[in-house]
Amino acid sequence: MTTIFAALGPFGDAIDFIFQQRESQAGTVQVGGLGEIWELTWMHLKLSLAATAIATAVALPIGVWLGHIGRYQFLAISTSNIGRAVPALGLVVFFIAFLGVGFGNVCLALVLLAIPPIITNAYVGIRGVDRETVDAAKGNGLTGMQIAGRVELPLALPTIMAGIRIALVSVIATATIAPLANVDTLGRPIVSPNVYGTAGQLAACIVVALVTFAADAAMAALQRAVTPRGIKIQASQSRSRGRRFVSPKRSIQST
Amino acid sequence: MSDLTYIPVLAQLNDDFFGNREGAADRCPGNNGLCPGWIADNFSDYLHPFWEHVLLSIVPLAIGFVIATSLALFAHRYRVAQPFFLAFVGALFTIPSIAFYLILLNITGRGFGTAVVVLTAYTQVLIYRNVMTGLQEVPAETVDVANGMGLSQRQILFRVELPMALPTIFAGLRIAASSTVGIAGFAFFAGAGGLGGEIFSDPAFKGNVVTASLLMILLATALELIVLLVQRLCTPWERAVAT
Repeated sequence: MTTIFAALGPFGDAIDFIFQQRESQAGTVQVGGLGEIWELTWMHLKLSLAATAIATAVALPIGVWLGHIGRYQFLAISTSNIGRAVPALGLVVFFIAFLGVGFGNVCLALVLLAIPPIITNAYVGIRGVDRETVDAAKGNGLTGMQIAGRVELPLALPTIMAGIRIALVSVIATATIAPLANVDTLGRPIVSPNVYGTAGQLAACIVVALVTFAADAAMAALQRAVTPRGIKIQASQSRSRGRRFVSPKRSIQST
Repeated sequence: MSDLTYIPVLAQLNDDFFGNREGAADRCPGNNGLCPGWIADNFSDYLHPFWEHVLLSIVPLAIGFVIATSLALFAHRYRVAQPFFLAFVGALFTIPSIAFYLILLNITGRGFGTAVVVLTAYTQVLIYRNVMTGLQEVPAETVDVANGMGLSQRQILFRVELPMALPTIFAGLRIAASSTVGIAGFAFFAGAGGLGGEIFSDPAFKGNVVTASLLMILLATALELIVLLVQRLCTPWERAVAT
């Protein structure tokens, strides 16, 4: 086992850090090991999920409402343009510098980071619902509230979930700098290599990457699960129709 | 651990990449306010990191544009490749940036090159997806007409499909430009400097954080506007329709 780790170089050392405790760089405390890694991971997840949940609670109604009334497109789209131009690092550090350290402040910064993609995707998803479907619902006597809740929202769910997925992934990535606000996430070994050593730094990176991929996969599964059956059938039909349409054209080109 | 004490140590480790904030206290008591006077005096210290940041944004964008467009053109010709390419560039984008910098650092070493590789990887999904969408949204009738006029496949691509896809392609490039500026904020983890290093060197000093962040926002906005300008120049026929 040790020889394999040695062959992997710095990566072997990092994997060893994840599973076994060792002395810190100064030799004063014990760092690493599954216990501490799990503690940091749990804090990382708590922070990211809290921020994404709050952002969803705030942004989803706004996005759905804007999409439902079909106005203020400029507002809905430019939120995400502005959100992209503001660097994540600057945003988080700005909050720490002006509001001070602590879980709440860094969480608020991450909420602001997560809101733009959720609003934009909710808006685009709701606007993307077939107008004829909405007209049919109107003709059946559904009120505006009912149309938004029972027709538009279910049909837009895949796009909405994609927005939440983007938000969650970027929040998990940015929560890495939360230790600047004294919140001990997986970023702690990354920003203080003087305590954890380069092995701890690399180990935390590997764990953050794994956590992100796991969260992304979970959201992808959730996205598939909430997709209404009608949309799935429609998608597979249009795909086969597309193929039929393409094939004669191809044969013309090849001759 | 409960204080920001590790910052000086980090600064020692990376002497070349972190600015020196000594003397700031003279101009700004407590070294904690916004300190316009300090910003005016020390603004020139930000020019070098700003220039590094400009390079860190433009070089990956140029390389990323070439690679992503080639991938998209290949996938447009050989449709079998589409789901694989999309999954691949999507997975690249999912990797958290700080982890990506530090993991690659252990393989390719510190410096500009490592940061460029990471930043190029992040531009891929944004540009690729938009080139793909742009090419797919060209009406099938238009392609049929070109076919009927006897254009070869290459001619259809370069004279019909790509020009019609240009607005979507440029939109992708704009998104890639601003997000690259943002992610380049973490490039100092790979030892490539940039404005992020300035922010990180003294995160408790408001004047420093605000100056560096505003420069990054300025750069992102400027790059988006430049791409928009190039788009206007490349697609003169759009203006007649748009306005």
